Amino acid sequence: MQTVAFARRTRLVAVPALCAALALTGCGGTEAASPTAAGEPAASASAVTATALTVRDPWVKAADSGMTAAFATLVNNTGADVTIESATSPASPLELHTMVMKDGAMVMQPKEGGFVIKAGGTHELSPGGDHLMLMQPTAAIKAGDEVTFTLNLVGGGTVDFTAVAKPFVGAQESYDPGMEMGGMPSASAGAHS
Amino acid sequence: MTIGRRALLTGGAAAGLGAAAAAGAALSRRSDGPVVPVAATTTGTGTDTGTRTIAFHGPRQAGVTDEPQAHGAFVAFTLAKDVDRAALGRMLRLLTDDASRLTRGEPALADTEADLAVLPAGLTVTFGFGPGLYRAAGLPSPVTDLPSFTIDRLQDRWSGGDLLLQICADDALTVTHAQRMMIKDARPFGSVRWVQRGFRRSPGVQAAEFTQRNVLGQLDGTANPKDAARDTAVWNADHSTQLVVRRIRAEIETWDLLSVGDKENSVGRRMTSGAPFTGVAEHDEPDFTAVDEGGLPVMPDFAHVTRAHVTDPQLKILRRPYNYDEAPDSSGRPDSGLVFASYQADTARQFLPIQRRLAEKDLLNEWTTPIGSAVFAVPPGCSEGGWIGEHLLS
Repeated sequence: MQTVAFARRTRLVAVPALCAALALTGCGGTEAASPTAAGEPAASASAVTATALTVRDPWVKAADSGMTAAFATLVNNTGADVTIESATSPASPLELHTMVMKDGAMVMQPKEGGFVIKAGGTHELSPGGDHLMLMQPTAAIKAGDEVTFTLNLVGGGTVDFTAVAKPFVGAQESYDPGMEMGGMPSASAGAHS
Repeated sequence: MTIGRRALLTGGAAAGLGAAAAAGAALSRRSDGPVVPVAATTTGTGTDTGTRTIAFHGPRQAGVTDEPQAHGAFVAFTLAKDVDRAALGRMLRLLTDDASRLTRGEPALADTEADLAVLPAGLTVTFGFGPGLYRAAGLPSPVTDLPSFTIDRLQDRWSGGDLLLQICADDALTVTHAQRMMIKDARPFGSVRWVQRGFRRSPGVQAAEFTQRNVLGQLDGTANPKDAARDTAVWNADHSTQLVVRRIRAEIETWDLLSVGDKENSVGRRMTSGAPFTGVAEHDEPDFTAVDEGGLPVMPDFAHVTRAHVTDPQLKILRRPYNYDEAPDSSGRPDSGLVFASYQADTARQFLPIQRRLAEKDLLNEWTTPIGSAVFAVPPGCSEGGWIGEHLLS
């Protein structure tokens, strides 16, 4: 789980790193029980290809403005762990986020080490859990819009998928930049630094 | 009777029990009591009811010629002013995706209560497009609102609509969940105009081949076309059809004043058996030429069956109604009736002539009052990956 995206790292440096050691179990929360064959460290999954990872039921929360998030079920079809180190979208700068308990409240933080999908396992990106954060959409994401994403895997593979925008009122915690995120009131990437 | 009338609409009549015997189901009669249309065989544990699925995808939409499920919600929307063809496409892709998942017994995307999705109970979601949807898309509408009839007492709160979702399942909670999920996804595009919920007999209560009764006690649906005749009445060559939804209040307080004979006269059928006055069993064809010893027609000219009778399969309609029963008022007067729903290939050709004859003279009008009315085009179905309305709007 040390396979962090370096480019992103510089922006995230000010975020408390308490999550790093917990990335898999403590922060992930929603990882499905994965086959126990997953003895290898994630970093060894360097040979993964795009087909190694299936993105199931993706969707993004519609938003007129400001930050929003995308969700899906990630399925690892291989016998080795797969790590997503970053993601991109033409719709917005993206960060990989997780939810952690901090001072008695759930707050979102960048996911140290990226999302690790255990060998043969699934990993839920869901409201209240890990998610792809759209930091600053360039335009409104309207209900029914289709937004394309690319997941960048450790080892060089990429996985493209399209998520439909759903009206959704939940996951409010992900959208309150005032929450332990640096105290800035605006919903921008700057709130994280 | 709101219902009897509808039954009549299909050309026939309300009746029933005699037919039941013909259908091969078992009838039992408790000493001198009503005939009970029980199933001929036991239906098992009933667990199939919850897990049963009806395919959503196909050239024709589901929920039309399928046997009506026990619970139905008709949800009509008014589109927001700024909804154009592109927005309609976005809305219908979302709603189609919801329907395809929920009818399989899977949660919709972003479903906040996934546990409520696992028992589809024969769920169908049928999409109807009102004239306003075609206007928003800049397209000519195949349907128009019905003309007003003198018997109408229409209320805006039950009338019109740009988009209709007919949500039906054999379980009320399943309908509730699907309704909630789809209203959430439709909300960015418009507002809820009205919702009419109704019910029929629950699965297993009586054999499927028996005609159901409405809140006035009449067998309702006797004359519905079946099999090939049904397809002739309902489907256009492009697999579209049309839907009329009318809310028919039953005037039960005054209906209660009638003797059984008077009730039967209003329809032209026996209450218990559903047999026409000229027959002995529900599905006996009424004989409108028969006269009594005084020379008067045995089937009265003013009776619902007489007024609604249609013989040409091209002119029949398929009734798919649901009873409604809201809370009575403080003096105990019921708020009950029929969510009348009929499918026909061409409303102007099939429904309107029947409705005109009924409005002009139908004794049953004394005890039934139309208080809502809406007409929708029902576009063809779609295949996996497609969406309802794609052929029109993309």
